[in-house]
Amino acid sequence: MTDHFTKMTPELKRRLRNEQWFQWMGRGAIFVAIAFLLVMVSTIASMGVGALRQTHIELSVFLDPQKLDATRLHDADYGRLIKKALRSRFANVTKRRDKRKLYNLVSSQAEYTLRDLVVRSPSLRGQTINIWFTASDDVDMLIKGNIASSTDETQRRIDHREASWINDLISKGQLESRFNSRFFWSGDSREPELAGILSAFVGSLFSLLVCFGLSFPLGIFAAIYLEEFAPKNRWSAFIEVNINNLAAVPSIVFGLLGLAVFLNAFGLPRSSPLVGGMVLALMTLPTIIIASRAALRAVPPSIREAALGIGASPIQTVFHHVAPLALPGMLTGAIVGMARALGETAPLLMIGMVAFVADVPNSIFEPATALPVQIFLWADSPERAFLEKTSAAIIVLLCFLIVMNLAAILLRRKFEQRY
Amino acid sequence: MLKMTSSFMALALGAGLFITSATMASARDRIRIVGSSTVFPFATTVAERFGKSTKFKTPIVESTGSGGGLKLFCAGSGDQHPDIANASRRIKQSEINRCAKNGITDTIEVKIGYDGIVLANSRRSKPLDLTLKDLFLALAKNVPDGKGKTKPNPYKSWRDVNPALPDIKIEIMGPPPTSGTRDAFVELAMEGGCEAFPWIKSMKKTDQKSHKALCHTIRSDGAFVEAGENDNLIVQKLQANPTAFGIFGFSYLDQNIDKIQGSTINNIEPGFENISDGSYPVSRSLYFYVKKSRIGKVPGVKEYMAAFTSDKAWGPEGYLSDKGLIPMSDTERKDWAAKVKNLEKLTM
Repeated sequence: MTDHFTKMTPELKRRLRNEQWFQWMGRGAIFVAIAFLLVMVSTIASMGVGALRQTHIELSVFLDPQKLDATRLHDADYGRLIKKALRSRFANVTKRRDKRKLYNLVSSQAEYTLRDLVVRSPSLRGQTINIWFTASDDVDMLIKGNIASSTDETQRRIDHREASWINDLISKGQLESRFNSRFFWSGDSREPELAGILSAFVGSLFSLLVCFGLSFPLGIFAAIYLEEFAPKNRWSAFIEVNINNLAAVPSIVFGLLGLAVFLNAFGLPRSSPLVGGMVLALMTLPTIIIASRAALRAVPPSIREAALGIGASPIQTVFHHVAPLALPGMLTGAIVGMARALGETAPLLMIGMVAFVADVPNSIFEPATALPVQIFLWADSPERAFLEKTSAAIIVLLCFLIVMNLAAILLRRKFEQRY
Repeated sequence: MLKMTSSFMALALGAGLFITSATMASARDRIRIVGSSTVFPFATTVAERFGKSTKFKTPIVESTGSGGGLKLFCAGSGDQHPDIANASRRIKQSEINRCAKNGITDTIEVKIGYDGIVLANSRRSKPLDLTLKDLFLALAKNVPDGKGKTKPNPYKSWRDVNPALPDIKIEIMGPPPTSGTRDAFVELAMEGGCEAFPWIKSMKKTDQKSHKALCHTIRSDGAFVEAGENDNLIVQKLQANPTAFGIFGFSYLDQNIDKIQGSTINNIEPGFENISDGSYPVSRSLYFYVKKSRIGKVPGVKEYMAAFTSDKAWGPEGYLSDKGLIPMSDTERKDWAAKVKNLEKLTM
């Protein structure tokens, strides 16, 4: 008899070996998953980190009082002053073609930068001032080493001549790489050096607020009714099946629905975060209902029975005792649904949110776009400098997601009650 | 826990309120533009500068494709419909009819310039010297068998197509059939190559349907790969695979000229001047369409048109040419600018 306890039978050996096997497979799976994630994140990060820096060029501009009419400062031709400043900085450039290249060293934003400066302080008129201008995307790409210098110079966007100007600027300390705060504080632009994420970020934020405001209360009430009050019959079973099906419907279908109902029938403003949020709410609603019902089901029946036993009405039982206990689970479900909504582009295409929106929206009625849409639009742009912007926008989107998930965890911690 | 119930109620009520207030939103304060993804970069550049340099708000530009854009454009003339539609082809008669049915009979047509479609490969291998006939034979599903009939495309290498070409496997990446670039490529390059065979050319008059099937169908045996709508992706794949070729718009070649090169077609290089004067055979015209009735209703429509058609924008040295738009000749630009100025209505 003692043999059974001291000796390893072949049977036991096999079982232990199987368990070892299983554990190693599990570790392997996790390792592979982490490796993929690391590769993805590190590629995006290494590509996107360039977008945090932007090259600037210093020029001394003579604010010619004859060209600047004091009464119409806003409408003066500032582009001409900048061209003149560039010509006097590089006096040996005479050919027309070369001049054109020279003017392309600074971004097209330069004239507006100068305009705003002069309009703000008109006393500068007649002076020669040194200003740092944003460099054009080609210069920026050269400084960041993204232009293959091995190819023949005629086949590059920056030739030897332009490179020599840039080297000259560097040697005089008139070219600097600075933190690109514009990326975070401005809207979209066709010029990569000016493009920013703010309009898309605000658009996403507004859409999600509308989505949460609609889908969370609706989802929770639907779940509470279905779980706690609805009679269990063929109808409620039918509704349950349908809700489960809705959770699996491709998101583009909700976009089409939004187009037909919200835009065409209700006449709500196209491309607005309001409509975007409503469409996303339709999409997240089933997810929230399913998660909330599961959370309600997880509340032990003893709580309900105790409440009913001391004389609480069913509605008091639910709202005073069951719902608060289920709230952390409901919130988690809502945040998971919202995280999915944050990454959606397909339904937004139908309601006109895949658009170029330069101005940052101030309300949910103004046209806006969303973060994933911005990523899509930048990825599709021919300019090479948009590559790093695309990756940087992906990083912003990922950070947004992490913040949302963090909020979910914190809220759950706060509301969690032990029983 | 009553507090929680009431806050739930407040949320639900708030949501209801917002919808009712939204329906009362007032008249539009900025231009809305829809349409072609090829014209999108140009329209957005003009829109951005227009917003910065004038007192008007920056127009909203949506990228919906030419067909989708014109459909939205022709759906009605109210505030909820776009004022301007971009197109990488001319408006069709069927679309004009649809517009007319919805009360839009005052469309103004503006041609803005040209776009070339290029066949390009990595700089690590040699460029090709092609004719339209070579392109057709390399890409068509069925090719002439030399006896007045057709056979499934047997060509595996460029040398099979034309003995003057190198012995490289035919491998071409291009846009899917939903893309306007694909439509234009098929119409200009493939059909152009078709015309090199007199009997196919004569078939166009007698049997249009089978002519189209022969000239417009791209092979599906793996030599042509549909690489998706994203042209940047094709450019990246070309760098990874030096023997492959890609089909995309000229602006992508222009922006990546240090890494890829365009093949010459009929001995013409895909360059700025050659596309502009029409000698490069695979180029198309770009347009936008405006509802005249919206001038005065939406602030800035006329000014936007003027900004787009100024030499500072669409001229040979304008800022749109930096973005890859190929300008029209001086006389053509002058003609179109005059039409825009007089708000001349579209005539087919």
